Amino acid sequence: MHELSITKNIVAIVNERAKGRKVVRVQLEIGKLSAIVPESIRFCFDVCAKDTCLSGAKLEITEIWPIGRCHSCHQDFSLDLVNAQCPCGSRQFECITGQEMKIKEMEVE
Amino acid sequence: MCTTCGCSDDATPRIDGVHQHLHEHTHDHSHGEITHSHAHSHVHDHDHVHDHDHDHDHGHTATRSILKLEEDILAKNNLIAAENRGFFAGRKVLAINLVSSPGSGKTSLLEETIRSLSAKKAIAVIEGDQETENDAQRIRATGVKVVQINTGSGCHLEADSVAVAIKKVDPEQGSIVFIENVGNLVCPALFDLGEAAKVAMLSVTEGEDKPLKYPHMFRAATALIINKIDLLPYLKFDLEKCKENALRVNPALRIFCLSAQMQVGMDAWCDWLIDRSK
Ligand SMILES: Nc1nc2c(ncn2[C@@H]2O[C@H](COP(=O)(O)OP(=O)(O)OP(=O)(O)O)[C@@H](O)[C@H]2O)c(=O)[nH]1
Ligand SMILES: [Mg+2]
Ligand SMILES: [Zn+2]
Ligand SMILES: [Zn+2]
Ligand SMILES: [Zn+2]
Ligand SMILES: [Zn+2]
Ligand SMILES: [Zn+2]
Repeated sequence: MHELSITKNIVAIVNERAKGRKVVRVQLEIGKLSAIVPESIRFCFDVCAKDTCLSGAKLEITEIWPIGRCHSCHQDFSLDLVNAQCPCGSRQFECITGQEMKIKEMEVE
Repeated sequence: MCTTCGCSDDATPRIDGVHQHLHEHTHDHSHGEITHSHAHSHVHDHDHVHDHDHDHDHGHTATRSILKLEEDILAKNNLIAAENRGFFAGRKVLAINLVSSPGSGKTSLLEETIRSLSAKKAIAVIEGDQETENDAQRIRATGVKVVQINTGSGCHLEADSVAVAIKKVDPEQGSIVFIENVGNLVCPALFDLGEAAKVAMLSVTEGEDKPLKYPHMFRAATALIINKIDLLPYLKFDLEKCKENALRVNPALRIFCLSAQMQVGMDAWCDWLIDRSK
């Protein structure tokens, strides 16, 4: 269950930045290509936050849908998770969103 | 952004244009002129009882502040991985992170690869397993340097333990270092160890739809090894379909079909390694 170690990372980073203030909200950005399951993060969060300044903090997770930028037709397109192809048929593209694993912001008192 | 209660209208998830604080109830509130509706999760400082679906005016006391972080959750791991990558580059070492489900044949592949290559290349191995030294002992029997990492309950290797292991294994200039990850097709995709390439492996006993079920791993990999092809006559495994599935997920994937046990198809794989390690 790698979400546990991911969640520990989140709590550690936020805890360090909070410098002792109470954290009321943490906002994450998780791309659909990142292999992180938001539900599992939520599941781990309360446990990991316990007895830290994040205790009781709300966790908000924004999921980011992957977008590819095609190298042949230069269009941006919504990327299918298991079919890496532009609607024009090209398989040459770069991912411009969808790989995020970020702590976007946090709110402290 | 809602400046009064501090919630960020543009950054939070939206459903039907309304930002969500992932809270059980929705109500409208107006801060002066602006009225917005959201399900919000912030703790009210005011101790009012409100029935929901109503408008109310209230001032949130603005004692809260928002810190923008924009920080990668795995920043610490990535930093150490970058140091590992620097270490490898300094010694011109090719580092391969080998990942698969348990039992696909990673250790067998390493044993055979070492037999084929050790005459022309220095090789060292870092073994990752939850428990036991068994794989390290198998590798040690081939005569190359090996360090075992036991992750206990950890289901993947992280860059920090690999950093310790590479110093211990002390790879030679120009050598190849194989890192056999814990048998798992999910999270090793997330954790950079500082390798030059992830190589994913699956065996023909696993089903040709594995790449579609675990797309993250196949997307993160540079090459795919399909192992145990000696068993193909006994199985209903569609090799072409499997390759097609893998390429659907990752069109750039380099695929090797082989049998580590019967030493079939090892040459193309070994040549690929030698090419990359120049
Ligand atoms: N038939 C056949 N069996 C193989 C082949 N390669 C490995 N095996 C067998 O598959 C089993 C698992 O092989 P290992 O090399 O230990 O697999 P692994 O991926 O290192 O396993 P873990 O480290 O436990 O995840 C052993 O019984 C091997 O003998 C092959 O090419 N053909
Ligand atoms: Mg093994
Ligand atoms: Zn296109
Ligand atoms: Zn608000
Ligand atoms: Zn309320
Ligand atoms: Zn309110
Ligand atoms: Zn894991």
